[in-house]
Amino acid sequence: MIPPVLIELAEQFGLLSFLAIGGVNALIPEIHRRVVDLEGWMTNAEFAQAFAISQASPGPNMLIVSVIGWKVFGFLGALVATLALCVPTSVLTFAIAHVWDRFRGAPLRAAIQRGLAPVTVGLVLASGYVLARAADDGWIAYGLTAATALLALNTRWHPLWFLAVAGALGALGIA
Amino acid sequence: MSEASRPAGTAPARAGELFLGFMQVGLSGFGGVLPFARRMLVEERRWLDEREFTEVLSLSQFLPGPNIVNVAVIVGNRFRGPFGSLAACLGLMLMPFLIVLALAALYNRFDSLAAVRGATAAVSSAATGLVIATGLKMARPLVGTGWQVVIALCGFVALAIARVPLLWALLVLAPLAVTIAWVIRDGARR
Repeated sequence: MIPPVLIELAEQFGLLSFLAIGGVNALIPEIHRRVVDLEGWMTNAEFAQAFAISQASPGPNMLIVSVIGWKVFGFLGALVATLALCVPTSVLTFAIAHVWDRFRGAPLRAAIQRGLAPVTVGLVLASGYVLARAADDGWIAYGLTAATALLALNTRWHPLWFLAVAGALGALGIA
Repeated sequence: MSEASRPAGTAPARAGELFLGFMQVGLSGFGGVLPFARRMLVEERRWLDEREFTEVLSLSQFLPGPNIVNVAVIVGNRFRGPFGSLAACLGLMLMPFLIVLALAALYNRFDSLAAVRGATAAVSSAATGLVIATGLKMARPLVGTGWQVVIALCGFVALAIARVPLLWALLVLAPLAVTIAWVIRDGARR
């Protein structure tokens, strides 16, 4: 007997993966809406923690889904959520990669790419907004978010430095 | 390393090489590993040249699903068929998956410590700033084109403020934006 919550996880993230145009960063508002608002699997604060853990670990940014699965149903939950997000779309990619090369230079392909680019930008910025609302609980936290965004925009520092410095400030109780 | 043309015979000979190459990519980056995929594929192992990588990347971004997983599927398949895709994906995901779960378990164990809670909260604030910076960097090339700015704003408002389900937002915005891009291109040609 498969626990119903595992099936629920597979369904939610399997469906979500097909909406992930422009990467998992663009998917965060929708993950948040389903996991926090609809399913009630975690609180706003737990969602922010899951995001922090996934960012503090090496690897693709889709790992937030593994942490959510783990929170819901332990190791099996993590495995199911991760596979649900990867496998169905991988099969689709596998099938389409063969066809796509034939459309190289086709005007429709160019229009699709130029059309989808701004949609992705809107979604990623929405992710930033939703995450800030979940993660930042005061002016110091908002300030840290804003300072990181400004510095990351205007320098070429490795992203890990920002996380390391923030982690140290937070551990010392400064931020 | 120079951008010299790729010498012949640099394609991965075995699925094991794909596994290891993508494992290196998966372990290199924090909060997204696409730049490291480019470094491994184009500069270090030279399995693809610059143009081939850009094409693989644009297809990966166009198709649904995590972009880097799509890159692994396409590159793996190109060299070693379905088994190569599987090896590349496993290599990419296995270690990061185990590491993130270990971190989550550690966090769970020690979250009563004020220092751990403080550090996690600050890391998520900073990581949020990184996401915002990524979005703004992606927005820069669009700023000169009015309709693209409007589409991006609509996407932002729909998802962030109005909390519209992503499916509905995409069903309206994606065809609209592609149609505009198509019509404008047509007009320019006439």
